[in-house]
Amino acid sequence: MPGKAIPYLKAVVHVLCLLPLVFLLWSYRSGALAAQADPVNYITHFTGNWTLWLLLADLAITPVRRIRPSLAWMIRFRRMVGLYAFFYATLHLMTYVFLFSGYDVPGAMAGLEAGHLMEPWHQFVMILPTMVDDAEKRRFIQVGLLAWLCLLSLAVTSPQRVLRWMGGKNWQRLHRLIYVAAGAAVVHYWWLVKTGVRTPWKDTAVLAVLLLARVGYVVVKRMRGKRARVVVRA
Amino acid sequence: MLLRTGKEIASSEITPKETVRAFQMSRRSLLAGVGAVGAAAFAGRAFAETKHAAPLTKLTTVASAYTVPDRAITPEAKAQSYNNFYEFGEEKDDPEKNAWKMQTRPWTVKVEGLVAKPQTVDIDTIMKYRPIEQRVYRFRCVEAWSMVIPWDGYPLAEFLKAMEPLPSAKYVQFLTTTSGKGMTLPSGIEFPYSEGLRMDEAMHPLTLLTFGSYGETLANQQGAPIRVIVPWKYGFKSAKSIVKIRFVAKEPHTTWNDMAPDEYGFYSNVNPAVDHPRWSQAHERLLNSNSIFPKVVPTQPFNGYGSEVAGLYAGMDLRKNF
Repeated sequence: MPGKAIPYLKAVVHVLCLLPLVFLLWSYRSGALAAQADPVNYITHFTGNWTLWLLLADLAITPVRRIRPSLAWMIRFRRMVGLYAFFYATLHLMTYVFLFSGYDVPGAMAGLEAGHLMEPWHQFVMILPTMVDDAEKRRFIQVGLLAWLCLLSLAVTSPQRVLRWMGGKNWQRLHRLIYVAAGAAVVHYWWLVKTGVRTPWKDTAVLAVLLLARVGYVVVKRMRGKRARVVVRA
Repeated sequence: MLLRTGKEIASSEITPKETVRAFQMSRRSLLAGVGAVGAAAFAGRAFAETKHAAPLTKLTTVASAYTVPDRAITPEAKAQSYNNFYEFGEEKDDPEKNAWKMQTRPWTVKVEGLVAKPQTVDIDTIMKYRPIEQRVYRFRCVEAWSMVIPWDGYPLAEFLKAMEPLPSAKYVQFLTTTSGKGMTLPSGIEFPYSEGLRMDEAMHPLTLLTFGSYGETLANQQGAPIRVIVPWKYGFKSAKSIVKIRFVAKEPHTTWNDMAPDEYGFYSNVNPAVDHPRWSQAHERLLNSNSIFPKVVPTQPFNGYGSEVAGLYAGMDLRKNF
């Protein structure tokens, strides 16, 4: 892949990553979203699914580019896809806060229009106990929040400048949190579905393959290294 | 409160199902548009999805005293596209996609166990046994959403009494078919689906032997051709597509209680004070409008039917017997 094509390809990836959001907004405008039996449930699943899929896509970049040296350019898309995963994770969290927890969006809007600038905040304070209760009691919420916090820490440290400031080693260590985030996201999924429901198995299998590919890579590399040393010694 | 005054919900306020359906279809074609590459595949899917409208038969119903004056009725298309019917798949829209294939004629219900007249009864005989009433009930799912649905049926008690249960029969068990065409029967759950009620709950006048909704025979995904509706309990207690009714002496095993006894009790009366381990039951999302902003309303004890049914549980600790 010649370097010149990268900016164009980046534009394509931007568009691809934004398509789910465009689709959601389009559904909202057309009324299709409101016609969903349970729009909140739909948005929750939609944003949750896309977070997980983008995380998996992001984690697929490294193993795929290791297949051939000529695929090394792929690494340049890792940060971008990861940031989109964080973007959808944030939409997912906002869905929980503003649509799931009983936040009165029309009420807050009406307050704003009437000039009560604090109304959105008041509404937030009103639902805060419900959310705190959830965060204290429910492990699927806790593990979901953990995944989002991991992604948040990666997102704020993603600019080049922060990398330079932190130093490559530290930065890389921190960014291994992507594995925690992906693992936590899958656990979040398993813990929220009913016992006996196995819908998360596909995502789990993909994550397992992506992690095993890394283990396999390290093992093969070590074995090759050993063989090389043996040759040198002989 | 339960008396119909005839002016609770103007029919003009109910979104016609055609409108909602049109929106849902346009969403699907939009999906097809996004997946330009898989357009052919999507077109195939879209075609399959137009088959949902299995012809439902209009029912002749008599008026009843049961209505929900303070809440609008859920649009029919919403009630028929958002179902938990795990035999047809685990996602909410799976039953709508798969259940239309199920044959609901011929259909018989086998009545057995501790009963003087064990027999196998044909569905059409059961439907003609008593006049069918239309009753609007609140419907509260254990997942913290709710609908308002007009059900068509008659009290289960009338049918059960005709079977002459023996005095030793203390519970009634309902079993759902496993042989419906289109059923995927996910492997994580043991079928047939089993639900049960205590005899006094089954005989309560609110418990409805149900054949239809919205004035038509039930859509397959709603449990056609025969189900029960127990409005003061979480939805999963209301067994669908029943093929067996069994009178028993002991509390029968029930499917979700088998799966997760800490999450789904035998009684499963709607109770805002007892949380599901994974979410609060204090509130519910009322799915009866066409707004994306949810109506989150407080959940009422016994789903608002406390004045009629609370007596059934006098002296029981409802936190323990959840």
